Amino acid sequence: MTTVDHKRIAILYGVTAFIFLLIGGLEAGVIRMQLASADNDLIGAGRFNEMFTMHATTMVFMVIMPLGVSFFNFVIPLAIGARDVAFPRLNALSFWIFLFGAVLMHMSFVVNQVPDAGWFSYANLTEKPFSPNRGLDFWSISLLVMGVASVAGALNFIVTIINMRAPGMTFMRMPVFVWMTLITSILLVLAFPVITVGLIELTLDRNFGTHFFIPAEGGDPILWQHLFWIFGHPEVYILILPPMGIVSEILPTFSRKPLFGYPFVVFSGIVIGIMGWAVWSHHMFTVGLGPVANSVFTITTMLIAVPTGVKIFNWIGTLWKGAIEFTTPMLFALGFVALFIIGGLSGVSHAVSPSDFQQQDTYYIVAHIHYVLFGGSMFGIFAGAYYWFPKITGRMMDETIGKINFWLIFIGMNLTFFPMHFLGLNGMPRRIYTYSAELGWENLNRIASFGYIVLFVGILVFIYNILKARNSRRVSHDPWDAPGLEWSIASPPPAYNFAEIPQIQGRDHYWIVKEKAEAAGTPITEPEALVDPSSIHMPSPSYWPIFTAVGVTLIGGGLLSHYALSFVGGVIAMMGVIGWSNEPAAAPSDHH
Amino acid sequence: MAHAVEQEYTTTGLNHRKLLMWVFLGSDCLFFASLIATYMVYRGQSLVGPYPNDIIDVPVTTISTFVLLMSSFAMVQALAATNADNRKATINWLLATALLGSIFIGFQIVEFNTFKNEGLTLGGNLFGASFFTLTGFHGAHVTLGIIWLLALAILGMKGRINSKTALDVELCGLYWHFVDIVWIVIFTLLYLIAGFDVGPVAIPGG
Ligand SMILES: [Cu+2]
Repeated sequence: MTTVDHKRIAILYGVTAFIFLLIGGLEAGVIRMQLASADNDLIGAGRFNEMFTMHATTMVFMVIMPLGVSFFNFVIPLAIGARDVAFPRLNALSFWIFLFGAVLMHMSFVVNQVPDAGWFSYANLTEKPFSPNRGLDFWSISLLVMGVASVAGALNFIVTIINMRAPGMTFMRMPVFVWMTLITSILLVLAFPVITVGLIELTLDRNFGTHFFIPAEGGDPILWQHLFWIFGHPEVYILILPPMGIVSEILPTFSRKPLFGYPFVVFSGIVIGIMGWAVWSHHMFTVGLGPVANSVFTITTMLIAVPTGVKIFNWIGTLWKGAIEFTTPMLFALGFVALFIIGGLSGVSHAVSPSDFQQQDTYYIVAHIHYVLFGGSMFGIFAGAYYWFPKITGRMMDETIGKINFWLIFIGMNLTFFPMHFLGLNGMPRRIYTYSAELGWENLNRIASFGYIVLFVGILVFIYNILKARNSRRVSHDPWDAPGLEWSIASPPPAYNFAEIPQIQGRDHYWIVKEKAEAAGTPITEPEALVDPSSIHMPSPSYWPIFTAVGVTLIGGGLLSHYALSFVGGVIAMMGVIGWSNEPAAAPSDHH
Repeated sequence: MAHAVEQEYTTTGLNHRKLLMWVFLGSDCLFFASLIATYMVYRGQSLVGPYPNDIIDVPVTTISTFVLLMSSFAMVQALAATNADNRKATINWLLATALLGSIFIGFQIVEFNTFKNEGLTLGGNLFGASFFTLTGFHGAHVTLGIIWLLALAILGMKGRINSKTALDVELCGLYWHFVDIVWIVIFTLLYLIAGFDVGPVAIPGG
């Protein structure tokens, strides 16, 4: 509760997000069961709307983003040779606000007023006359609360990466995962304020009588779409760049050769980060922005496929003539590349605005986003989980079960989402709660629903594998013979990470070190030796982050119930900040 | 964060907290940019009055803008005094900055009340909604700044502000100047440029 250690915060993030993965997964299950047969009446239209809204909202904001942050937390300080993040207490604050915000969102189930307007909640469906219950207030206010957490976290990682690299780690020696984290964090810091303004305006419309998005009073629902997608498209890269970074670590490790074209991978990441701001209207081709706008956004969107393609070629180039080892993390990384190519191609097909007119709001779009977000993001995350598990715990997950795990998820994922391409092309709209048998969509829907079960079993196998690993043998500090700095220290790493801040010798630092040692006839078999932890000056645990997080969340909670509660929340947050400022960040000691 | 922090090694030589503040201000820029964009999109789109020309009082707001600008000057003096280890001047300039900021907020409260009495409300028309949202959030930023300044002044009285901890004052100054600059943009757009709009559609094709 009071920890500020980045490694423990990483585990908190990981476990929390995994629980939300199960919740979001069960919501998807309800959707798939409802659609498994024509004219089904398992749940009504209203429930169905709630399910797809909460499924997407959960997966985007409470699963993929925090899982990414979990990896940032664990890996970044270790990969750059730092003892913690720049602001350990701020880091804890981010986690607690995220957790409380997510819980606040799920309180909507308790009072049975669940958000039901889709994950992008288009105005003016979201206005009071059309969505009278408090569901959308839960949605917007919880997202505002979680936004605070995301921005605080991103600020922290930007400063950490820019300012806490070990001597010798120049920008062009940083591991690609560190680069992608930096770009993601910058995107986050710039994109979240935009959606924050949209959410504030929505909240004002619903509770304080404004008419930002109400056409009858002159308001413009399209403004919501612009605000949402100016945030929303960079958000897509916030979800995919970290897994791209993870994969860029894993492919070289198991191909036993350095990443092919490192500068191209880095610069294409930067280009994606910049161009990602100039494509948002491709979500709005059918709105009627006019031929000029549609053409411009078609072109920018097709152009952004170029840096993405560059990355894919570099990954394939890395594999080329490599001594490939098919370990579980490698399988997931290869799965990522394969599935992301499919998702990327279908993405390019709706970059073309005339073609998008056919695909808009059909299952083809659903297929696309699941290929990039499940086939892409989640495969990258699974790859990372298997890859860094021995570093996090000092134990290995079972490789055989891991492979079963991979194939179940891989097959399940394709069975579920591939048929959706055809469903979409056959005209099945997304977000319909049922369909009549004569439309001929039943068989493909059956396959998709069966695929879901396979996928679900795959996730259960993953849980089993983690639980089983508790009794597995301990492994060395560097079981994969990996290039990253994090592998040079003990597993699990000591609280202080590095007894001696390392001097970085190049890209793939630890490979260089190991090679040199080998050449000198003294191969490295042991991690950096442990030292007495009290000799190293570390941040002290603190109650203030969780205290302040309670205050911040209550401000939001008050907006949903009694404004007096917001006031109390404000006072608590203020007290938290004062207490925080007066508390030394670390116990005083002599200089280190 | 008000205690003495030893200057630790950083890769770029830039202090962590200063870098944090700069990036945060970048983020805040986008926040205000979105609010301002909303205002500009809805410029001249209100279906009913009051319209800006009916109520915006440029001369009065010019005075409050001047006051806010002067507060930035006071802030600069406060930082200079801190660096010179002049405790008394530091406290005085910090309080002066806070006072000028409070006068600005006082003007804003009076302005809001006058507007309300003249029929401009959040729910009345788009002009009211976007005007109050934008200037309200700006006012909230100024208010937070005032609290921060007062906190620093109290620390100063306890003798905890000196040239070694000048960063505490500098960070507050960065924030304060930023909020000031945002006001200059708001003043230019909402008062000088759009303040004389009459009737519903003021911009061609808008
Ligand atoms: Cu997009």
